[in-house]
Amino acid sequence: MTARTVLTIAALTLQEAARRRVLRSLAVLTVVLLGLSAWGFSRIDSEFGGMTSGEAKLTAALVLNLVMFGLSLIAALGTAFLAGPTMAGETESGIALAVLARPVRRWAVVLGKWLGLVAFGSGFVVVAGLAQLLIVQTTTGYWPPDPVTGLALLAGQAAVLLTLGLLLSTAVSPMASGIVAVGLFGSTWIAGVVGGVGRALNNESVERVGTVSRMLLPTDGLWRGAMNSFQDPTLLTQFSEAFKGHPFLSPTGLTGTYIGWAGLWVFLVLALAALSFQRRDM
Amino acid sequence: MGPVSATTARPDAAGESFADLPPSPAVWCSGLRKRYRRRTAVDGVSFTVERGEVMGLLGPNGAGKTSVIKMLLGLVRPDAGEVLLLGRPGSDPFARTRVGYLPELFRYQPWLTAAEVLKLHVRLAGATVPDERRREYLAMVGLADRAGDRVGGFSKGMQQRLGLAVALVAGPELVILDEPTSALDPLGRADVRDLLLSLKDRGVAVLLNSHLIGEVERVCDRVVILDKGRVAASGTLAELLGQRELRLRLDEVGPAAAARLAAAGQVTSGGDAYTVALQDDAVIPDIVADLVGLGVRVHAVEPGRISLEERLLDILRTGHSEEHR
Repeated sequence: MTARTVLTIAALTLQEAARRRVLRSLAVLTVVLLGLSAWGFSRIDSEFGGMTSGEAKLTAALVLNLVMFGLSLIAALGTAFLAGPTMAGETESGIALAVLARPVRRWAVVLGKWLGLVAFGSGFVVVAGLAQLLIVQTTTGYWPPDPVTGLALLAGQAAVLLTLGLLLSTAVSPMASGIVAVGLFGSTWIAGVVGGVGRALNNESVERVGTVSRMLLPTDGLWRGAMNSFQDPTLLTQFSEAFKGHPFLSPTGLTGTYIGWAGLWVFLVLALAALSFQRRDM
Repeated sequence: MGPVSATTARPDAAGESFADLPPSPAVWCSGLRKRYRRRTAVDGVSFTVERGEVMGLLGPNGAGKTSVIKMLLGLVRPDAGEVLLLGRPGSDPFARTRVGYLPELFRYQPWLTAAEVLKLHVRLAGATVPDERRREYLAMVGLADRAGDRVGGFSKGMQQRLGLAVALVAGPELVILDEPTSALDPLGRADVRDLLLSLKDRGVAVLLNSHLIGEVERVCDRVVILDKGRVAASGTLAELLGQRELRLRLDEVGPAAAARLAAAGQVTSGGDAYTVALQDDAVIPDIVADLVGLGVRVHAVEPGRISLEERLLDILRTGHSEEHR
């Protein structure tokens, strides 16, 4: 019965995402980004014909990461602004009243919403990311070493952010929860870049900014892991200087411990969201 | 006025349903209390809705009616008090398996069609209701030809009609309706009244919160009146409205006729209008026959009883002298 609730709410959330305008806006943004990147990659190939194969690979990996960052930003914005209305909005408007008066456990409703959002966010990342990889391969012939891990980590990044959005939306208004989630996402990314600069300058305290923020909100850590999976590993030995403090190149992959922490983080924040929703008066 | 019965078979902690015991009340609540910051919204409310009974919840704005309903349904956590729905503790979500609810703030997923909203609620209720049966419910509330339209385009009245179908679609044994006619036109109100009467005929218990006293008076078996978060009065309509009265317009009333009227009950008169308080309607023909025999010219005879509205205003204005909690 509870499993049925979870699945029903998950399907409802997917249906909501598919029918609301947010999907159309996401689709338009994605098509624009993919189109621009296709044009850009084809220019790289024709304009920089004189590059060495290593330089061409570095450029392709760098620009691929840049475009993937754009995609992850779209995924993050899209899911964070979906997560807000779906919880806080329904509570405010009264839609939640009729649903929660049914024989359903509130945590099952939260879990169902989360599952639906994760399915939506991951689906978006996989479809748009794969399209991007195919564009790069067609235009430049570059194929990343580990696309599956890369896309999975990008999906994980979206999942982390929407879980945060879900937690916020059990406590504050829909718009505020979206804005705060996206704001935190941006600050963590900047903190990650600052940390990278710290490492390049061998300044430990500055480097720690990135490490701490990556623990508090694992979006940036997962993003760096994803970038690493999209780069050719030979580039690191060839162009080690370029990787130092670069926002769109990542010298190291992720450890199993960090991925474990990100999973635990999602679980804890989701549990907190369920608890906060459980205690809330409708 | 009968005190609210608080004696009921309590299920064990596991909330099992016992087939061999007489059915527990549809709603039993005791000592419900809720504070919002400094304001006490509900203060020790207890009442029972028996199976198959239609109970009206009345009271002025801010009396705590909607808060009580939300506590019954687990939407608001009471600070104190207990709830049993159909014999199961209100803290158990599955107590609501056979409960239908129309909220005061009725809103349904605007991106779904009316038919999809019903399907969703049937699934959430864990019930199975075939397609054509669901369509019948939409037809019953007058939305048959809008089944495939998105709820986002519905007027308030149509959404409230949809809400009624949602409350009824999963075959509930208890229906809780919070202001079910607030957005409806007079025709819609009459439809809801008929619907309530048909639920009563089918033995479905109804808890009805409504400002429309006439509506409550026509369909409810019992009434609980809330004021400032407390039960100000409760009982059957007969108990609450109590005495009947006889209004007469008479001419040429002699001392003998006046004595005859006084013998029937307390008389108040002004001009040719006389009002006699009666215990029983059955004596009216005798009174009229005697008055005619005494030479009184009878212009009008109108038996009646005080309206629920008068009684409600009386209770709310005079405080809670007849409190039953």
